[in-house]
Amino acid sequence: MPDNAKQIENKGSGFLQKVTGAIKGLFQSQLAIPVIALLILVLFNLIRDPSFFSISINTNNFGNKVLSGNLISILNGASELVILAIGMTLVTSATRGQDISIGATAAIAGSVFVKILRMGNITVGTIILGVLTACVVTILFCLFNGVLIAKFNIQPMIASLILFTAGRPIAYAINGGATPNVQSNLINYLGGYIPYVPIPTPIIIVVIFIVAISIFLKRTTMSLYIQSVGINEKAAKLNGINPTLTKLSVFIILGVCVTLAGCMNVCRISLINHETILKDIEMDAILAVAIGGNSLGGGKYKLSGSILGAYIIQALTTTLYAMKVSSTAVKAYKAIVIIAIVVVGSPVVKAKFSQLKGIIASQISKKRESKRVQAEAR
Amino acid sequence: MREDEVVTMRGIYKEFPGVKALENVNFTLRKGEIHALMGENGAGKSTLVKVLTGVYPKDGGEICISGVEGPVNIKSPQDAQDLGISTVYQEITLCPNLSVAENIFIGRGKYTFVNKRAQEKKADDILTRLNIPTKGAQQLGSCSLAVQQMVAIARAVDMECKVLILDEPTSSLDEREVALLFTLMRDLKAKGVGIIFITHFLEQVYEVCDRITVLRNGHYVGEYLLSEMPRVDLISAMLGKHAEDMTNLKNEKRAVSKDAEVVYSAKHLSSAEGVRPFDFVIHKGEVNGFTGLLGSGRSESVRAIFAADRVTGGSVEVDGVKKKIRRPKDAMKSKIGYLPEDRKGDGIIQDLSVRENLILAMQVLDGFFKPLSKRKQEEFADEFIKLLDIKTASKETPIKSLSGGNQQKVILARWLLTHPQYLILDEPTRGIDVGTKLEIQKQVLKLAKEGVSVTFISSEIPEMLAVCQRLIVMRDRKIVGELQGEELSQDVIMQTIAGGEVQNA
Repeated sequence: MPDNAKQIENKGSGFLQKVTGAIKGLFQSQLAIPVIALLILVLFNLIRDPSFFSISINTNNFGNKVLSGNLISILNGASELVILAIGMTLVTSATRGQDISIGATAAIAGSVFVKILRMGNITVGTIILGVLTACVVTILFCLFNGVLIAKFNIQPMIASLILFTAGRPIAYAINGGATPNVQSNLINYLGGYIPYVPIPTPIIIVVIFIVAISIFLKRTTMSLYIQSVGINEKAAKLNGINPTLTKLSVFIILGVCVTLAGCMNVCRISLINHETILKDIEMDAILAVAIGGNSLGGGKYKLSGSILGAYIIQALTTTLYAMKVSSTAVKAYKAIVIIAIVVVGSPVVKAKFSQLKGIIASQISKKRESKRVQAEAR
Repeated sequence: MREDEVVTMRGIYKEFPGVKALENVNFTLRKGEIHALMGENGAGKSTLVKVLTGVYPKDGGEICISGVEGPVNIKSPQDAQDLGISTVYQEITLCPNLSVAENIFIGRGKYTFVNKRAQEKKADDILTRLNIPTKGAQQLGSCSLAVQQMVAIARAVDMECKVLILDEPTSSLDEREVALLFTLMRDLKAKGVGIIFITHFLEQVYEVCDRITVLRNGHYVGEYLLSEMPRVDLISAMLGKHAEDMTNLKNEKRAVSKDAEVVYSAKHLSSAEGVRPFDFVIHKGEVNGFTGLLGSGRSESVRAIFAADRVTGGSVEVDGVKKKIRRPKDAMKSKIGYLPEDRKGDGIIQDLSVRENLILAMQVLDGFFKPLSKRKQEEFADEFIKLLDIKTASKETPIKSLSGGNQQKVILARWLLTHPQYLILDEPTRGIDVGTKLEIQKQVLKLAKEGVSVTFISSEIPEMLAVCQRLIVMRDRKIVGELQGEELSQDVIMQTIAGGEVQNA
């Protein structure tokens, strides 16, 4: 690509300048807080236990050599959350609200997936069929929310409350109330490791998904449309954008995200439990969007922020578990950290910070001035 | 202060950052009169009212109220209410889920317990006294808009008011409801209340008012007795007669030959916003204008052309070919551009950058799967920032941090980028400094020279005279006249606005 070639050319000249410029830019951008939060988490862990991030090669139950360690388990464990946070970011941007039914619709996706798999032998073909069927069903459910929101102008949280309540019972009905399991090496490969590949498959899937959605957003005008509709729907309409269609397509994307997350979780544990699968994940996904510096009031968004936010949440959880905090107490500790991140990111604190910066800057210049005066006097 | 005066405001000044909203404005309200406050948008009517009601502190001048010694200092709406000044706003500010009685008494008096029945009875008394056709126990939301408006007035009047301010109370009412409201206003007038009436509807002013004070661009123009003020004079007082330094632009204006090809024509076009079906034609390279007072339907007409509101009927031809224009995108595909009147609400995408705002319309036309490359976008942004002299920190600055004039230039650039053959500009120069205004006007004339047809709307007649070759005059959502050539003069336009013949009647 000519664009890339040029970029590389540019990079050669004044590379250092660019890096410092990029760092400066980062601290002014919305990513400053999530990046700092992540750095603090990393530092905290390194001080507490220098070997926290060490990665070792172990042999797992199937005789494969695989990477293991806290870093891997953070990256692995965050997979579903990252995928859902991406969908949630787009929904938030376009509809100025959140879909709280994604945990429940993920249960539906997982149930449909298992239902198809249990119809016969599990082969690559049936897995693909299962994912596709789950995808179609889930998109339909997400579009149900979408129509309520885009066509009937119901507040997103109210609209998705319906499936938030009814979603898991629907999932229950799909498999006749049972929590069937699916046993197959193929499923283990998807939820764990593919032979001779030391990286957990969910991490690979997430990377592929992020690349795919980035290409989609780059090759279409979706992102411009979503943001325009989220910021000023009337103006977007007068520029020929169809707000209803834009919102509906966002829910289709969300449907794909939910399917991936649901099926991935099924593969991890080789069974579907409609009550516990991805429980409360909607709140974490919303949180990831917020930690990423995206406004929950919609409009402009940065996917990278939400992705970072998702990893921060998982890193926090893993850290707490490593500190032997009981699983019940983890939530409380999480809440404390989240309060800190959200308060520091609030406009009020930001304004105070920039005030402080101004004061410090003026004092430094004053000091310099007085030093200069003193030097001159001498 | 004379015996019969309730309020006198002398030499009022009010300045907002960068704008002198009021300069040396005088206003006198007498006992038992209905006094209209007139002026186009931005003339300072609502600022004056807000100074009187304590919403804004005044920067200079003095206010006297009958019954109070010396000038008063009104610091808050509560102060104003204590002095007997009540306001009823355009949007109803009551609670529709409460009963009429509760709305009348809410937030008044200090009591812990409410005797609902007594309150309703008292409300009924007030309502019958004012001839308002409702009961205290009725839920407010179930009343018609006019009745709700009247309840708001009843609430204001019951607070022992000397001065009642009605800020465009009739804009959402139909004729019958307006008549009801006027009866109530006359009753109150007879009881000695001084009423300040703000409206854009000339007819209504002539129906109920006794006196008018006219403001223009924050200046006091004069106070007139209505019986001695013909409509034409009132309109010229409101719009101003001085044709600034735009006369030199006139020389650039070319005459369009009658046989230039028709670019766009509409027959019996109407929209959901209540424009009467109208016919309209524009030729290649022509600049025409829609004029009329605010609320006359000039904006609604051009919105119907662009399908910005739901089109309800009529047929359209572009370049002589029948076209269906039902959505803005249809219009865009027919190479029509539309710069909306409400820049903030309909024009800019606040948080997006100048670059993104600039390429938006072109991007939509190009299609979903053909995003412009970042480099191409930057080229366009640079080009137009230079061409229109847009003052912005960079092309990545969010558009909301630009000044109004520069925002408007970005929107103009957005449409220029689509190479329209017909461009509709609705109030492109409102709230913009004189320099930028001239730039935009020059741009319009340049476009016309290049063969683009333009519809140009402005509240300022001199400006329209400077750029338009043909003017369509509207009143009460109807086209009442079409002026061109020799007829294009301030006097004729004002005559036509005040009382021309209806086109289709």
